[in-house]
Amino acid sequence: MKFAVIVFPGSNCDIDMFHAIQDELGEEVEYVPHTADSLEGFDAILLPGGFSYGDYLRTGAIARFSSVMAEVVKAADSGVPILGVCNGFQILLEAGLLPGAMRKNRDLAFICKQTQLKVENNTTTFTTGYENGETITLPIAHGEGNYYCDEETFLRLKENNQIAFTYHMNNPNGSLENIAGIVNENGNVLGMMPHPERAVDKLLGSEDGLKLFQSIVRNWRESYVVTA
Amino acid sequence: MYKVKVFITLRENVLDPQGTAVESALHSMAFEAVRDVRIGKYMELTIEKTDQNIDEAVKEMCERLLANTVIEDYRYDIEEVVAL
Repeated sequence: MKFAVIVFPGSNCDIDMFHAIQDELGEEVEYVPHTADSLEGFDAILLPGGFSYGDYLRTGAIARFSSVMAEVVKAADSGVPILGVCNGFQILLEAGLLPGAMRKNRDLAFICKQTQLKVENNTTTFTTGYENGETITLPIAHGEGNYYCDEETFLRLKENNQIAFTYHMNNPNGSLENIAGIVNENGNVLGMMPHPERAVDKLLGSEDGLKLFQSIVRNWRESYVVTA
Repeated sequence: MYKVKVFITLRENVLDPQGTAVESALHSMAFEAVRDVRIGKYMELTIEKTDQNIDEAVKEMCERLLANTVIEDYRYDIEEVVAL
């Protein structure tokens, strides 16, 4: 399986993402610059964390106009798994691939620490490796992770089972209904604030993030390799 | 030429943590009468005159990039100025 890590000016978790895929997951991975005009040949697309375009204007607002984003939208429409982490999540929101918007953290501080998450939906292509209701530990590192959407959108998220992860016990940023990660209606686009790519080895304090990447691979193999 | 002033504020029903922090700072300065502080963004755009409808153009800029209409409201003033 071949993964693309999109590199925007200001991305800084691209190397973590690359390491997670190549060294811990053992799959093929390539960096793709924000100027690329094709994502052909990639089976999954990863939008890493960081500060794309310096977070000028709003987080993710300028990155979504990068030429590669038109290709990301195309890939999303054709069912390719797309994972946006932290700034990647913010870009997916700005691009309209996921509903809602990000506000500054409730307490206005940049927060960098391990958090407990609850797996709310283990039927998505990203989460089948987890148990429903399982508590996992992943780090967060963000100043704007306070997810917001209007009530109508929230009810739709709930109804379609689009909430993948919530913060467990303690909501660090004030996000609506403790939301930490959501998928789109088709289930092939996941945006999340916590960093699974920084939790792929015990040395990093947790390896709970590895299952997320393993889920993508397993589900991809099941639909494209086993049945082929 | 046009001088365009764009004001972007969080929508009324969206909590403004920065505004809340500033409000309590004002209270601690004994300005207890302050009831609500909302923090927004202000932008100035200088735009050349073209065939394009300036009002429509600015509106599109606001909707597509300058404001995130999920959480933000925007308003703008357009003033025609003579270039020096």
